[in-house]
Amino acid sequence: MAVLAVENLKTHFFTKAGVVKAVDDVSFSVDAGRVLGLVGESGSGKTVTGFSIMGLVDPPGRIVAGRILLEGHNLLDRTDDAMRGLRGDRIAMIFQDPMMTLNPVLRIDTQMIETVLAHQAVSKEQAHELSRNALGRVGIPSPDERLKAYPHQLSGGMRQRVAIAIALLNNPRVIIADEPTTALDVTIQAQIIYEVQKLARETGTAMIWITHDLSVIAGLADDVCVMYAGRIVESGPTADLLDHPMHPYTAGLIASIPSRNQRGKPLHQIPGMTPSLLRLKPGCAFRDRCPHADALCSTAPEITRPAPARTLRCFHPMTALEEIR
Amino acid sequence: MSALLELKHITKNFSRPLDLAAKIARLAGSKVHEVVVHALDDVCLTINEGEVVGLAGESGCGKSTLGRIAAGILTPTMGERAWRGADITALEPAQRRDVALKIQMVFQDAFASLNPRMRVSEIIGEAPRVHGIDTADDIDYYVDQLMRKVGLDPSFRRRFPHQFSGGQRARIGIARALAVKPELLVCDEAVAALDVSIQAQVLNLFMQLRADFNLTYLFISHDLGVVEHLADRVVIMYLGRIVETAPTLELFQHPNHPYTQALLAEVPKLDKRAHDFAPIKGEIPSPIDPPLGCHFHPRCPYAMERCRTERPQFRQISPGHWSACYLNDVH
Repeated sequence: MAVLAVENLKTHFFTKAGVVKAVDDVSFSVDAGRVLGLVGESGSGKTVTGFSIMGLVDPPGRIVAGRILLEGHNLLDRTDDAMRGLRGDRIAMIFQDPMMTLNPVLRIDTQMIETVLAHQAVSKEQAHELSRNALGRVGIPSPDERLKAYPHQLSGGMRQRVAIAIALLNNPRVIIADEPTTALDVTIQAQIIYEVQKLARETGTAMIWITHDLSVIAGLADDVCVMYAGRIVESGPTADLLDHPMHPYTAGLIASIPSRNQRGKPLHQIPGMTPSLLRLKPGCAFRDRCPHADALCSTAPEITRPAPARTLRCFHPMTALEEIR
Repeated sequence: MSALLELKHITKNFSRPLDLAAKIARLAGSKVHEVVVHALDDVCLTINEGEVVGLAGESGCGKSTLGRIAAGILTPTMGERAWRGADITALEPAQRRDVALKIQMVFQDAFASLNPRMRVSEIIGEAPRVHGIDTADDIDYYVDQLMRKVGLDPSFRRRFPHQFSGGQRARIGIARALAVKPELLVCDEAVAALDVSIQAQVLNLFMQLRADFNLTYLFISHDLGVVEHLADRVVIMYLGRIVETAPTLELFQHPNHPYTQALLAEVPKLDKRAHDFAPIKGEIPSPIDPPLGCHFHPRCPYAMERCRTERPQFRQISPGHWSACYLNDVH
């Protein structure tokens, strides 16, 4: 059974300039020990989706519809206090900038022990031991020394490992990772992805990996959801989706990656830019940039299931002929 | 091919002078040292006319510092810059100014590098006006032409930078650099902040401009995919030194230096599906106290005794392919 299931989630922001539908009818689910990649460009609503699950959407934003089921229980029925008890315990989040997550004036051990004691009835010594183990699990050498350090004494990669270790402390069922390796160098990114893959498999934690980088997803995620302008336009198993993208947006995104193009030749490009969510016209949000668009696209496409385990929101999917191009 | 810009034995150190308290403590016999960051350590780089040189490396390896020295924004602690064979510091002031205009820079954060209170027409038109660049007819027409060249609608000329999207701001930064008719563009992570679909548009623009204006590029990026696509020759840096340089295809097919090999192995690629990452250990050391010998030896799986004490020299291992590694001496 899915550990986390999001059903028809709608998170809207009621701003002075109008209603921004940051997340508009999004559904997906993750099983234990699996990694789900949530891919999209800036402003596609992937972070707001993560925040909605965590119950961290601030006014003027509000979840206006949908259900978020954690092991079968709807999180949206919970009070703020009950959500507070869940966060950091059953469900944890890792952010892009670990400096934002870590308190700069507290030592690592203080922050980690605090996290354990907030959710578990254990002694301080046991909490210390748990913290030490967690640092070891994310591949931090000499964890005893690191526990006594302040965040500024650690490198960016080390800080992100600490943030991951804190997320792991209470053995959550779900971890939401929001661009956790975007600010890191490739060698450090590879190290962290390696640890994360191992951990998800060993502990059975379900993982939602939010990123703009399809290449990272290719090597890490089991399943992918592609977001565009607040909607999931396409989803499916990673290899299947990357090899046979059906939505013209996914296909365009894959084609515009430099390594997919012949060296020196002009890159494939998607014309135009992401539309403003404030002035979104009804219908498919991608139609102004889409080579397939026609009159039909001014009505919103419903979710279809064109193949096993695949979902799609498009009237004119890519054909096998175009893929060869 | 003739050399356009030569950087010879460039060393750049950054240090903060001791404050009064530290100076007094030193007089009293304490061992306070000035902290020196060794950003570049004896780096030589030649950029030939018409060439696109890709400069890649991880953060803190000195690639931005080298780019800024190439563009003349920073002065090297030691070493020499030569433009078409002539030492730049030895030139007459007027000639030196001309050379400075011939090398322009495009920055990563287009928003931080554009004055938020200036209109686009002023941002692009200011430098040619100040420097008395021949703008053919009038300056307005010249600015319109430039905007059209970089794919901006000239009717936006009265707008401010905040009214543009990230991709458009990148185009403004490029138009500004082009306004003084440069021959060499130093692009420091110019597409790093852009979304993939917008990044493709800007990279295509760079290639189009290269053909239109016969430009030479020093293209600095941490993204090896971008470098592979755009560059004729790739230079790999690690902790203040160049470790390897080769024509692009050669470098990606036959990486020689263990660091280059590790870097290439760990770049996530669309075609590299679920696999077990086997990353190289450790992190880039601090440039305040770089290791002796080869800078990569603490992380290198092949490190020998010699690597810990002596700096490996650059050796040509095949035509145009240079690498600084003792492994090439073994056989």
